[in-house]
Amino acid sequence: MHELGIVFYIIRDVKKAAQEHGVEHVSAVVMNIGEVSTIVPEYLTDCWRWAADKEELLRGCELKIEPIPAVTHCDGCGKEYPTVAHGKICPHCGSEKTWLLRGNEVEIKELIIEN
Amino acid sequence: MENVKIIEIKKSVFENNDRAADELRGELKTKGVFLLNLMSSPGSGKTTTLIQTINRLKDKIRIAVMEADIDSDVDAIKIKEATGVESIQLHTGGMCHLDAEMTEQGLNNVSMEQADLVILENVGNLVCPAEFDTGAVKNAMILSVPEGHDKPLKYPLMFSICDVVVINKIDVLPYFDFDMEKCKEYIHMRNPKATVIPICAKTGEGVEVFAEWLLNEVSEWKR
Repeated sequence: MHELGIVFYIIRDVKKAAQEHGVEHVSAVVMNIGEVSTIVPEYLTDCWRWAADKEELLRGCELKIEPIPAVTHCDGCGKEYPTVAHGKICPHCGSEKTWLLRGNEVEIKELIIEN
Repeated sequence: MENVKIIEIKKSVFENNDRAADELRGELKTKGVFLLNLMSSPGSGKTTTLIQTINRLKDKIRIAVMEADIDSDVDAIKIKEATGVESIQLHTGGMCHLDAEMTEQGLNNVSMEQADLVILENVGNLVCPAEFDTGAVKNAMILSVPEGHDKPLKYPLMFSICDVVVINKIDVLPYFDFDMEKCKEYIHMRNPKATVIPICAKTGEGVEVFAEWLLNEVSEWKR
């Protein structure tokens, strides 16, 4: 279960940040998840629910996911295109010399604390 | 919405692990120990390939093995019995991969000053181990013929991070619709620098090529 491992990483980072800021309860964690990061958002939130409720700091805390669309850059023609629709080959010029510009993110964006 | 505070983090979940992995590589360089991270699907022949490879190398360099599995110690025992080299078992406790911290804990249980090469046999899985840098000097993966030649397209990340791809079970090629040339093409689409080595771990065919690659890498690292 790939997403569960990621959840443990998130919890570790959130705990650390909460401690640094003297926070006793986090209401929501906002994640930026790239479209081609290999993370299935539903699995991530399911695993989150199971693991977060075991922590005092994160009981009932919601995991909000803000998806980042994947974009590929083509060195052949210098243009950009959506990765998921076209894959590795540039739809503008047919070049294979392409690289992922964004869409691979697994990032904790922010914590929301409500009192 | 009153009394809502937002703490901005903006940090990749993999950042800490990437840092720990770089530190571990630095430490290995100082100690002159080469760490190979070996990955594959379950049942591709990792352990058999290792036994064959170690038996070709053990008189030339000092080798230790760390077997990572979710549970059991069958692989560590098998390696020790078949090769005589030091072999320890790591349990990931349900996790599908090893990270740099777990790898370092494992290395602490290996006699590092008596090893030139430590091989980490990662958990059998083509997804998660690719995302977590273990701190290894090089990454290798085994793809076996029955899995099909399209795997580089299905698991692009794994193939893109591997320095060497060993294609195992070539003895059964006549029975499968496995296209070796297509497979190499797909691997190089993901990773133009990858070395591809076809072998049959059961008969030993091609294993010397992998052993030679490994020996070269180890001596480069220790230079």
